[in-house]
Order: sequence, then C-alpha cells, then structure tokens
Amino acid sequence: MSADLRGAAAVIGVAESDLGQVEPGVTAVDLAAQASARALSDAGLTTRDVDGLFCVIGGKLMSTLDMGEYLGIRSRYTDSTMIGGSAFVSHLHHAALALAAHACDVALITYGSTARSDSGRGRLSGPAQPEQPNYEVEFGPRSPVSGYALAAARHMHEYGTTREQLAEVAVAARQWAGLNPKAFKREPITVEDVIGRPMISSPFGSLDCCLVTDGGGAAVVVRADRAGDGPKPPVYLLGAGEAHWHKSISQMPDLTTTATVDSAARAFAMAGLTPTDVDVVELYDAFTINPILFLEDMGFCAKGEGGEFVSGGRIAPGGSLPVNTNGGGLSYCHPGMYGIFTIIEAVRQVRGEASDRQVDNVNVAIAHGNGGQLSSQVTAVLSSRNTLS
Amino acid sequence: MTTTPASSVDERLASPHLAYREALAEGVLRYQRCSDCRQTIFPPRVVCPHCGSVALSAERSEGRGEVYSTTVVTQRDQPSYSVCLIDLDEGFRMMSTVTGSPAESVAIGQRVTLAIETGDPARATFVIEGAS
Repeated sequence: MSADLRGAAAVIGVAESDLGQVEPGVTAVDLAAQASARALSDAGLTTRDVDGLFCVIGGKLMSTLDMGEYLGIRSRYTDSTMIGGSAFVSHLHHAALALAAHACDVALITYGSTARSDSGRGRLSGPAQPEQPNYEVEFGPRSPVSGYALAAARHMHEYGTTREQLAEVAVAARQWAGLNPKAFKREPITVEDVIGRPMISSPFGSLDCCLVTDGGGAAVVVRADRAGDGPKPPVYLLGAGEAHWHKSISQMPDLTTTATVDSAARAFAMAGLTPTDVDVVELYDAFTINPILFLEDMGFCAKGEGGEFVSGGRIAPGGSLPVNTNGGGLSYCHPGMYGIFTIIEAVRQVRGEASDRQVDNVNVAIAHGNGGQLSSQVTAVLSSRNTLS
Repeated sequence: MTTTPASSVDERLASPHLAYREALAEGVLRYQRCSDCRQTIFPPRVVCPHCGSVALSAERSEGRGEVYSTTVVTQRDQPSYSVCLIDLDEGFRMMSTVTGSPAESVAIGQRVTLAIETGDPARATFVIEGAS
C-alpha cells in the first residue's frame, strides 16, 4: 500500500512569512496568510485553487476554520491535526494521502505564530501549561526545556555524551545561520560560549535552547501528475512515517530512544532508501540533544554515538552530513512549532535555490518534525525527479 | 492493599485522578495493577495501556525507588531545585523532586525514598535514601 504513495505527491511551492520580531499588531493568522500567499505564488497558483487546507495557528483551536475564513478558501478537505511541532510534516503525509484519494487537488499547509511578540521577552521561560489532570507540573519542570534536559542527562549518563558535544550542535547551527540572511542569530559562537552560559535546566544553558521568534510558513502540495505545471521544479514526497509513544516526558519508555526509530523506518521503507542516500537533513532542533537523538534513531549512526557523530564539524557547513542548513530552531527561527520550516528548507535544498548555504548536488532531503516532549515524531523523505524512478 | 472490582457495563466511573489525590492527602502513594495482565500502571486511568483490560486494582507503593534522570532548574532569585524521574520498585515511573539535599547533588542511579509533602495539594516528593 505504501508503494502507492511513493512519489505520488510533490511540493511545488514553499515560503516563510516575515520572521523574527514582526510589526506591532500583526497576528499569527496574518503571518500564516502572508506565507500562504507567497507559497502559492511560488507554485504559480492562488488561493482560488486551494481545496485542501492543513494548518495549525498559534492560539487557535480550530485553525483550518480561521484560515479558511481569512483566505476565502472553501476547502473540501480539512485537517487541523495539532501534534505540536511535528504537525506540519504530518500534514504533508496527510495531504499526500488525501491527494492520492482525490479528496482534494491542491493542498495548502500553513502555520503562523507571534510567540516572540506575545511573550515580550523572547525567552523560553513560560510556565508549564497545566492541562488537567497533570502529574508533572506540580514539580516545576520549566516547559518545555526540562523534559528535553532530562533526556539529555540520561543520554550523558548512559553513553558518556558531553556538554561539549551538545554545544557542537549549537555551533554548527550558528555557522549555517551565518550563511542565511533570514536567520535571527548570525554572529559566530564557540563551544566555550555555549558551555559558559548560565544553566537554565541542566545540562542546558540558554544557547542549548531554541529561539523564541515570530514567524510563519507554508507549503503547497499537488499530485505528481500536475506537479510539472508550476514555475519551479517539483520536489517529490518519496516517503513519510509517523509515530508517537507517549505525551508526558515521565511516560517516555526510554529517554534515549525516540519514536523516530519507527517514523524514520516507515519513511525510508516507503521511499526505498536508506540514510546513506540522504544528502541533507532538516530536523527539529528544539534543543541541542534533539539532533543527536534523531540522527541516531534515523540510523545515521548507532545509538549512543550521536555525540561523537555531530562533533568536528560533520553536520556544519562543509561537513559530510549537512544538518539544518537554514540555521535551525537554534539560530534561524523558532516560533514554537518549527516543523514547517524543515519542509521549506528541504524543498529549497532539493531545488538548489538556497544561495550561500546551498549544498552541492542535493537529490534527497529529510524533513523531520518533533512534537510535545520528544513525543510525536514525523519523518518525510523528499527528492528531486532524479531519485523518483 | 485494596482491590477495585472490574467495572460492570452499567457501573458509573469514579475519578481515578481524585482517588489518587485523596490517597496522597492521606499519606499513600497509589498506583494501579492490571488484574488481567498484572502490569503496573501510572498515572491512574480506567483502561490498562498494556492489554486494554478495565479490571484495574489500586495498590499502595512502598515508596522506594531510583533516580532515572534529573535536571536542576535554575531560578534567578530563588534556590534551584531538582526535577527528577523516579523509577519506583513496583515498576512505574513518575516525575518528582528530591528534597533535603542540594539539587546539584541528586544523581542518576541514586536510591530514593518517598517523603510526601503535606499541603494543598499534597506532593509525592522524595529524599535520598539514608539521608537524615
């Protein structure tokens, strides 16, 4: 069955909204709309062409209703699946399924958030969201930092991963951000800078944690048979996989292994590819432990070897496995649910339009979203036409 | 040890959450065991996540366990504190905090003992085993 979906859909338009700190009064819906208009333009389409709507908007519980009304889209397929930052890669998978079933013809995936403007501070220090009943918030975890910190501490304990290795992730992200004019933080940092910051939730200091910015993004997806109609080369969805095993960090079975082992295995199986076929990896780096865990769980290195793997510039510009070539959530943009940006950057790298940060000869790119507390994992394998057959 | 009989079709739900909170207020850390597959369950619920059974018994934890992971949360103007995941000997894991010792001294693998903090609500906190 999964073979039917391989290459059946393609992304033909992507765009970000304004990023960073947006103008006063601009809302999350405004940003999602701006990104949507830009992505549709990139695809050679307009809002009038869209009949499938997939979105999560900061602060909205019925996101597709908000976006449908705002954009004047009367969608015949609607999906407000909200599984944190993994939602948008999940939407990409769902869009491919809906398109294959002819439940819609043009799918628009979009996101917007004004997390930075809302907080007025731009720091990851908000109180835990007390959904009730709750068996964690009374112990004061700083959400979401502490959940990831617990995973990092356990990885360090079991495998000897070091703070220096975690810092390498932040340094690589900043090096990529230096090549991306849209990145929020671009000045170079060193391993010593990262380790020297005061602790927020050990073993993480502030530079181990993602940014809090405003921003939105969008992607346009169609069936492969009409993907060539647009102005840009189509980027095909070769494989997609989803998995979640827990929501609360205290209920994660093993803090050093994420459900990415399932999501990535499903995505690679559908694509008929393995990690050795991958040219660039765009993954959700909410914290410096994330790329270490996800690269292990996807099979780029063995469990426990992620700290060593990310060191020595391997994932940085010029390294053998470019990871988060836009600068990631750590240095480029992080409005709270970063997943849409993994799709946008993967598509740009496959198209070859990433300017100074373009990696040579990209055929296969991974977009990987993470949601909750290492809870929901969604992996997509994207490729150029070269890898399609 | 108390045992809750399996629900009949017509039986109305009693809140597993309130039962947990009420027990904690009386100094008891409760978890559940599935009467069918015998696995331990936490937090409290009405369906076994291991086998789907609705026959769950309420059990009293002895309150002894081990630190599975720990992080020190730093605050600007107040003392830092530990946020820990504790593996109880009965086979369930919960978030908690280890008190009575500096947060930085709490380490993975340490043995800990339940020290319920009275208050509203009561909290199931822990101390390092053998610490006075």
